[in-house]
Amino acid sequence: MTPRRLAILLGLAISFGTSPAATLHVAQAGDATSMDPHSLNETMQLGFLGNIYEPLVARDKTLALTPGLATTWRRISPTVWRFSLRKGVTFHDGSPFGSDDVVFSFKRAMGDGSDMKPFTSGIKEVRKVDDLTVEIETAEPYPILPDVLSEVYMMSHKWCEANKAERPVDKRKGIENAASFKADGTGPYRLKERQPGSRTVLVRNAQWWGKAEGNVDEVVFTPIASDPTRVAALLSGEVDVIEPVPLQDIDKIKADPALKVMQGPELRTIFIGMDQKRDELKGSNVKGRNPFKDRRVRLALYEAIDIEAIRTKIMRGAATPTALPLAPGVNGFAANLNKRAPYDVEGAKKLLAEAGYPNGFEVPMNCPNDRYVNDEQICQALAANWARIGVKIDLQLESKSIYFPKVLRRDTSLYLLGWTPATYDAHNVLLSLLQTPSATTGTFNLGSYSNPKVDELIGRIQSEVDPDQRLRLIHEALKLQQDDVAMLPLHQQALAWGMKRGVTLVQPADDTMPYKWINLK
Amino acid sequence: MAQPSSTPSVVPGRARLLAAFRRFADGDVMHDFLHSPVALGAALVALGCLVVACFAGTFAPHDPFDLATLDLDNARLPPAWQAGGSGHFPIGTDAQGRDLLSAIMFGTRISLVVGVGSVVLSLLIGVGAGLVSGFVGGRLDAFIMRVCDVMLSFPAILIALLVDGVGHVLFPDATGATPFLVLILAISLTGWVQYARTVRGLTLVEREREYVQAARVTGVGPLRIMGSHVLPNVLGPVMVLATIQVGQSIVVEATLSYLGVGVPPTSPSLGTLIRLGNAYLFSGEWWIAVFPGCMLIAIALSVNLLGDWLRDALNPRLR
Repeated sequence: MTPRRLAILLGLAISFGTSPAATLHVAQAGDATSMDPHSLNETMQLGFLGNIYEPLVARDKTLALTPGLATTWRRISPTVWRFSLRKGVTFHDGSPFGSDDVVFSFKRAMGDGSDMKPFTSGIKEVRKVDDLTVEIETAEPYPILPDVLSEVYMMSHKWCEANKAERPVDKRKGIENAASFKADGTGPYRLKERQPGSRTVLVRNAQWWGKAEGNVDEVVFTPIASDPTRVAALLSGEVDVIEPVPLQDIDKIKADPALKVMQGPELRTIFIGMDQKRDELKGSNVKGRNPFKDRRVRLALYEAIDIEAIRTKIMRGAATPTALPLAPGVNGFAANLNKRAPYDVEGAKKLLAEAGYPNGFEVPMNCPNDRYVNDEQICQALAANWARIGVKIDLQLESKSIYFPKVLRRDTSLYLLGWTPATYDAHNVLLSLLQTPSATTGTFNLGSYSNPKVDELIGRIQSEVDPDQRLRLIHEALKLQQDDVAMLPLHQQALAWGMKRGVTLVQPADDTMPYKWINLK
Repeated sequence: MAQPSSTPSVVPGRARLLAAFRRFADGDVMHDFLHSPVALGAALVALGCLVVACFAGTFAPHDPFDLATLDLDNARLPPAWQAGGSGHFPIGTDAQGRDLLSAIMFGTRISLVVGVGSVVLSLLIGVGAGLVSGFVGGRLDAFIMRVCDVMLSFPAILIALLVDGVGHVLFPDATGATPFLVLILAISLTGWVQYARTVRGLTLVEREREYVQAARVTGVGPLRIMGSHVLPNVLGPVMVLATIQVGQSIVVEATLSYLGVGVPPTSPSLGTLIRLGNAYLFSGEWWIAVFPGCMLIAIALSVNLLGDWLRDALNPRLR
């Protein structure tokens, strides 16, 4: 198999070697699951598609709001916002961009099959005022509306109709349509070639309205799931940028005079979710009841986690243990609540015994092996931690293309997930991860944690205008879910990108890679 | 041979066995074996691997499958003779703090069980299909041989990947022995073809021999002829094939596990150990991949050398 692998690498090297000069070769651990900007609310996919599609309100290099396809926006009543659209913008197929496309895109993002509902849940109606003006009416006052719009990408009404892609297809049901493979956005790059799982090529959009800061004309994106293969691709010069750099290889790349590593804090929080809804866990040896419904069991698992060993040994120090589902850089972070339950194996055993499981129990755990930094190893370490209190984990390690559809169907008892609030605000965390699941809420609350008090607070946070009061409500909700042990927070991982010395780029803390800011020497 | 009268039912059997053993020990094959340093060495290594695998539970200093005993503080310790190594872990530990020596011992057991298991299964399927095909002939023969041709037109690893994938879909939440059974099935489905073709060819020759004709004439049923008369006469080459295939199956299992579709990483086989260790080659933690790799080479090489020798020894024309 090694010769075959070498042959593939050689083949890639040859095909790379014949490409034109200002071509950027990027290798990341995973691929974007679909080219449809509304089909999956996942950082990797939305970050990649952010090069092709654009939102009304964009983010700059520091993640602050900046005009995107809308040039100005203001609130004309407590619940109505008016957006003026950018003049002279065209889609990649040449058709002009206007308010019809905005109305259509919101309808699409709010409709069946869309995974973008956490961002659009507060919106009541999107109206066309004239060709370059739209109004968005919210059900209740929604002070952070512009913040949540930065991930809602605009599509062409005409193109979607012509391609029979008026609706996003639900990845969870395994359906795909034309928009899964083709794209027609307004962004700085357009999609030239798409081979899911192996190669995606973007070329510069010469008609883009913005000022080009980077010099990359063509981007060849290759997912390379295997850590050593990805590092080998960078070391041998086949690719210009890799993300992530495996933690064990950071020193090796730093030591290479032709290469460099860019590290930075990431807003992503890695945590463990537990099925708290089913009356009987899938695949467990406990019949007739669900151990995770008992707070003592959840707390026992929490206390059995040796987070310090995971930080030093598995993450090699490149992680910040956390007690909250959000990072310090996210609005609403509560430093006073950021205290983990103590690491206490004996206490955990006692809790399990009290809950009626003195000898523990068996439960399967779903874990991606190509999504987060050292995800596979974290899960193995957790399985070892929990074995000490008698909880036997049957570990199911899967590629994210299998893992995500499965856990999104809630076909899981115990899972590892990471979350970056795309709005950089605690409301998105609470709404997506902790609110009782419904069509628009709790879309990533895959264990169906439910606390009516938390739900009520989330509703109030959404419409609260006073920042101090809003912060108080956020902290109250965070405290409630923490007391419930709604999830087992682990840590915030750190970003580590490896690249050739001649590459300059911007590394936003949300782990997206905008190609428009990349320069190659 | 004398017939002792006291326990007529046991001793003749034992005596016959003893006689058979003596015939074997005095025979050409044994003589050849004892005078072939390669065969002797290979047999010793293979026997060593077998002993290690069988008694892993007794010999291994730690139990790598008992997750409760793993300690991340011991993660990635180098071999004992290197700086930072510990006497507790003679050849170091992996990323989870698992003792590599114990992991290799248990991994060898898994690799051997899967290897031997899949050879036994493919032997059963292949010999059965080959016997029937060669003895019955006609349309059934044509059908079985076309199935073989189709199987041969795919690379073995591809079929194994396919079966393994289907197995994972059918038993998505498989626990315990199921993944291993799927793996054994996946490997044997690619292995049986060779037996079937070999046995069919030999059966075609044997079925025209006089002793088969005689058996037919005296009214012996076709199943009995196949089982009692033809089978013993075609077994020699099959044994050679089987020995070589044990080595191949172990490598296929390692490949599948290396690709991440074999046995789960919480109970690693040699291939899984190499896959997990592969990530640390660049960072200088070479022992995690290299030692399981050496073990894999030792098993596969010794079994293959034994098979080669057996082929030469059983084939008078090559001597």
